[in-house]
Amino acid sequence: MKRFFYAMTALCILAAAQAPVNASARDYIYIVGSSTVYPFSTTVAEQFGKAYGFKTPKVESTGTGGGFKLFCAGVGVEHPDISNASRAIKKSELETCAQNGVKEIVEVKIGFDGIVLANSKKAPVMQLSRKDIFMALASEIPDPKGGAGMVKNPFKTWKDVNPALPDVKIEVLGPPPTSGTRDAFLELAMEEGALEIASLKDLKKTDEKAFKKVAHSIREDGAWIDAGENDNLIVQKLLTNPNAVGVFGFSFLDQNTDKIQGAAVNGTTPTFETIAAQKYPLSRPLFFYVKKAHVGSIPGIPEFVKEFTEDKAWGPQGYLADKGLIPLPDAERASVRDAARAMKLLSMP
Amino acid sequence: MNKPFVTTSSSGVSSPSRTVTIVQASLHKRYRAEKRFRLLGLSAVICGLAFLAFMFVDIISKGYTAFLQTMVLVDIDVDPGEVHVGNLDQADYQGLVKKSLEKLFPEVTGRQEKRELYALVSSGAGTVVRQRVLEDTSMIGKTIALWVPANDDVDMVVKGHVERNLPESERRLGDRTLGWIEALESQGRITTRWNKTFFKSGDSREPELAGILGATAGSFYTILVTLVLSFPIGVAAALYLEEFAPKNRWTDLIEVNINNLAAVPSIVFGLLGLAVFLSFFGLPRSSPLVGGLVLTLMTLPTIIIAGRASLQAVPPSIRDAALSVGASRMQAVFHHVLPLALPGMLTGTIIGMGRALGETAPLLMVGMVAFIVDIPRGFTDPATVLPVQIYLWADSAERAFVEKTSAAILVLLAFLIAMNAAAVYLRNRFERRW
Repeated sequence: MKRFFYAMTALCILAAAQAPVNASARDYIYIVGSSTVYPFSTTVAEQFGKAYGFKTPKVESTGTGGGFKLFCAGVGVEHPDISNASRAIKKSELETCAQNGVKEIVEVKIGFDGIVLANSKKAPVMQLSRKDIFMALASEIPDPKGGAGMVKNPFKTWKDVNPALPDVKIEVLGPPPTSGTRDAFLELAMEEGALEIASLKDLKKTDEKAFKKVAHSIREDGAWIDAGENDNLIVQKLLTNPNAVGVFGFSFLDQNTDKIQGAAVNGTTPTFETIAAQKYPLSRPLFFYVKKAHVGSIPGIPEFVKEFTEDKAWGPQGYLADKGLIPLPDAERASVRDAARAMKLLSMP
Repeated sequence: MNKPFVTTSSSGVSSPSRTVTIVQASLHKRYRAEKRFRLLGLSAVICGLAFLAFMFVDIISKGYTAFLQTMVLVDIDVDPGEVHVGNLDQADYQGLVKKSLEKLFPEVTGRQEKRELYALVSSGAGTVVRQRVLEDTSMIGKTIALWVPANDDVDMVVKGHVERNLPESERRLGDRTLGWIEALESQGRITTRWNKTFFKSGDSREPELAGILGATAGSFYTILVTLVLSFPIGVAAALYLEEFAPKNRWTDLIEVNINNLAAVPSIVFGLLGLAVFLSFFGLPRSSPLVGGLVLTLMTLPTIIIAGRASLQAVPPSIRDAALSVGASRMQAVFHHVLPLALPGMLTGTIIGMGRALGETAPLLMVGMVAFIVDIPRGFTDPATVLPVQIYLWADSAERAFVEKTSAAILVLLAFLIAMNAAAVYLRNRFERRW
């Protein structure tokens, strides 16, 4: 037992000697933000670490909102240099940034991400419109029997929603409210679907808030199932239940084309080409934001931006395309690249 | 199993007393009740074991293939025009690999076709060549046969995770690539071998290059910090509370609070760590130091409670004997009580460490859920830990990460089982019963 105590003491001393706490310098890039951009950002980080001789950047997956919170907290080594986002930065976030001294921000749009509704290959391909999606999944819809008010969603099967759809139970597995994919789904599918209904379109004109509430509330009676943040899990569940439909990012469809298929939305199936051509309606742009004040004090930031905006990375044939990023059109890519490399600043409010 | 012990009512006694009749009447029922209860207990155990077996079978069947890696044999022509003494570090080794593939399949010409051909091998193949050349520079100008890792999609096909005879539109790999794989297989140029990379490298976005060494090192540093801090503090707190502190309202309050803390959800400790260690003390984010501090807060109550329990188990006669021959309180405690209680305390500590090793939630808050390629070399380097690595891989789209996830779970389970076995061993070896 005595020997044990000596060993413990030795360990303590070793640990104490090892831990010179020193947060004053950082020799690697620190990236935070969206979990949708995470796979792309990490891929570039790894390539950058291999190719340029800098340390590999640290990439934290915090979600878009959480990323901006950290990013806008201030200037200095303890704050991140780059924030990934699956939406553009909000005005309120820019204001927080400005208050904390983060006044020089460079916005880089990197490409698109598609949101797909997919089901098992054992079932036929679904042909949905955004209106169908809204009518099937909103918790309250305008009375389908022609009444004036809103009623609780009565539909049980897809056929009830639209006679052209198959006669199977509505069962949709999707991301939980904390997810950025869910936000994008609400905005791109549900809101747009609601706008295709005349009474709701009028509501938007008169009372925007009430409209948002209708368009953004999803059924809680079992037709929609929050399936957790793990999209692989949704894919697995689709395989065991051919009647279910899953909502997730395009890259998971791309990786599992042998098992699942994407539903056509407004007549367009989600493929690399249709999303790139912006024909597929459920797609959103992805961004990263650079803190210009850190350029110079943290090594490698311009080189990282350069690597990211290289055609071998974000181009249609690049390694990010293999990971499921849908590239920007050629002209836009060129202009974004030039602006990013020149560190063109975002105008502050 | 047991026969009723009174079965003789018919043989000798003509009119048994009332009590015996009642007992006999109910006896059958009571035995049945006992039997039911035993069956229920047994089925609960079997149920638990079945779930455990199911989990193990599932994880092992999914994960064991990750310990193997598909390799492709390529003949690399180390062209002195490409590689020379001046650029040993920076030469385009991946280009050499590409050329050797072109040589294997000279019929491939189109740009798109070539891209598909290059995708047969991992983007880390060049690194293998580079290492070989750096080891032995006399290779320059020669042709070397080298096994390089295959790309993850190829790996999945070779391991049989993707059906080859599905229609082309339903596969990630086209017919062309499958044809190449079959050609390579018939030439004996594809094999699967022990996956060293998995144990020797850090995280990567390419499944075939991803490994758990970074996460294991992170876990090691984090747990070391936790152990070094929580064990002495926990033992000292338990000793003081049990042996020295007066029993009054304050110590009761402290005891209640410690018991409560043991039941607090771990994410709360993460929030506390974020507020105190990161924001107030400004310690480096994502470092094992902060992770260890947070986990220390989490495991301390467990260790204190286990420590107090094992101190209480030491019979008072030991203390009385020491005091009666003139030992001071401190001598009695440190010479006699503590050595007897230590095995129990150690068991509690190891179990607490096991819990800390499997924890992700509090580490999320202090930035340890991150993509970190470089292997941490100290307590302040950014690091991640094994369970976080599992979480990150489970969330990746690439199919090959499914098996990596299961394999990482297996490694984590192996560590946990080893720690629990150590706890059991220590208890059996040193524990004394009175």
